[in-house]
Amino acid sequence: MKNVFASKWGIIIVGIIIGVFASLLQFWGNPANMGICVACFLRDITGALGLHRAPVVQYLRPEIIGFVLGSFVAAYAFKEFRPRSGSAPVVRFILGAFAMIGALIFLGCPWRALLRLAGGDWNAIPGLLGLIAGIWAGTGFLKRGYNLGATRKTYKAAGWIFPIIMAGFLVLMLLNPKISGEPQSGILFYSVEGPGSLHAPLLISLVIGLAIGFLAQKSRFCTMGALRDLILFKQGHLFSGIIGLTAAAFLTNLLLHQFNPGFIGQPVAHTMHLWNFLGMALAGIAFTLAGGCPGRQLFLSGEGDGDAAIFVVGMIAGAAFAHNFGLASSGAGATPAGMIAVAVGLATCLLIGLTMRENIGGILG
Amino acid sequence: MNKIVDARGLSCPQPVIMTLDEIKTTQEDKILIMVDTDTAKENVCRAATAQGWAVAEIQPEDDGYRITIRKED
Repeated sequence: MKNVFASKWGIIIVGIIIGVFASLLQFWGNPANMGICVACFLRDITGALGLHRAPVVQYLRPEIIGFVLGSFVAAYAFKEFRPRSGSAPVVRFILGAFAMIGALIFLGCPWRALLRLAGGDWNAIPGLLGLIAGIWAGTGFLKRGYNLGATRKTYKAAGWIFPIIMAGFLVLMLLNPKISGEPQSGILFYSVEGPGSLHAPLLISLVIGLAIGFLAQKSRFCTMGALRDLILFKQGHLFSGIIGLTAAAFLTNLLLHQFNPGFIGQPVAHTMHLWNFLGMALAGIAFTLAGGCPGRQLFLSGEGDGDAAIFVVGMIAGAAFAHNFGLASSGAGATPAGMIAVAVGLATCLLIGLTMRENIGGILG
Repeated sequence: MNKIVDARGLSCPQPVIMTLDEIKTTQEDKILIMVDTDTAKENVCRAATAQGWAVAEIQPEDDGYRITIRKED
């Protein structure tokens, strides 16, 4: 059976759908230039669970739940659910943590970097250049045989765990709903101000998340893969998806008067270009070494990939580290601790990239 | 005898790298690639086609696929 979603037009249309709905989510209440940001939203979930206590970034984002469950449904519907795990889980956890720390120093994952660009936030440009540099460095390791090793088929129940956790989050949210003006409802934390307090209605967020999860599982949409395949294989298939996303978000922003070009005063952004570049470079290497951008890791988790799920858990831990230890940037800029964390993260990725390889890819090098 | 690339258990881009490696070095005009995800199947086919090879056959096997690609004349 031909998978139309994985065709050239399939991936472009999925990119366009993500771009349009990301922009619309901002219109419906999500933070500006943050219609969908996988890193930011996982960070908000970390805060909602009280794993970090930064009061302005706490909300159990239903989009993330939808991504995993939508992918889970698509994988089952098309008989692609394959429970698997066992490819260097600890390494993936660490890569997830540093990917998150890098993303929070820039203030966004690759999805948000594209959405920031589409909203006129030119600080996204050094971030995107950093992302390209990081992925380019990662492809250097791939060419020299870097490989986290084979995954193995596992129990069906093991593949269900992550989707069940996400369904559990949804139940938690329904049992502990947001109370206007209150920082806590039952066991969940809710931001009263700041980006965590800005969100589209729960049902809208969830339905859009489910739809994107479904489509992205089928189309294999991946922002890191887009740049990696272009650099490594000169192949533009996935790249056409992120062009679709950016163009669609830009046009939708224009229509909704959400396009505000400039460097200064951009929402949830800072103007320290070097740290925007280096933060995203760290994230880019970590995504490349782990084989997917944060969105892709969520979609893979939904189709039974336990290694991708460990990466996501690493991202959640990374978000907790980032806020508990003052590594995350704010509108004022990067922090001294964050700068040290970037250096440690880059050194860690270098070590992982150089030491974990087998001689399978000599020719491309 | 056809060349065999066993990329089962490996996630992308590994199966594609291994396939392209084999395409560049092989003297044969047929390569058999074993993968175990649909994503790897699509990516390998896309990469082989871009190199001027044709996808001759895709056989489902256990939890994966056996893909035969053939050099186009």
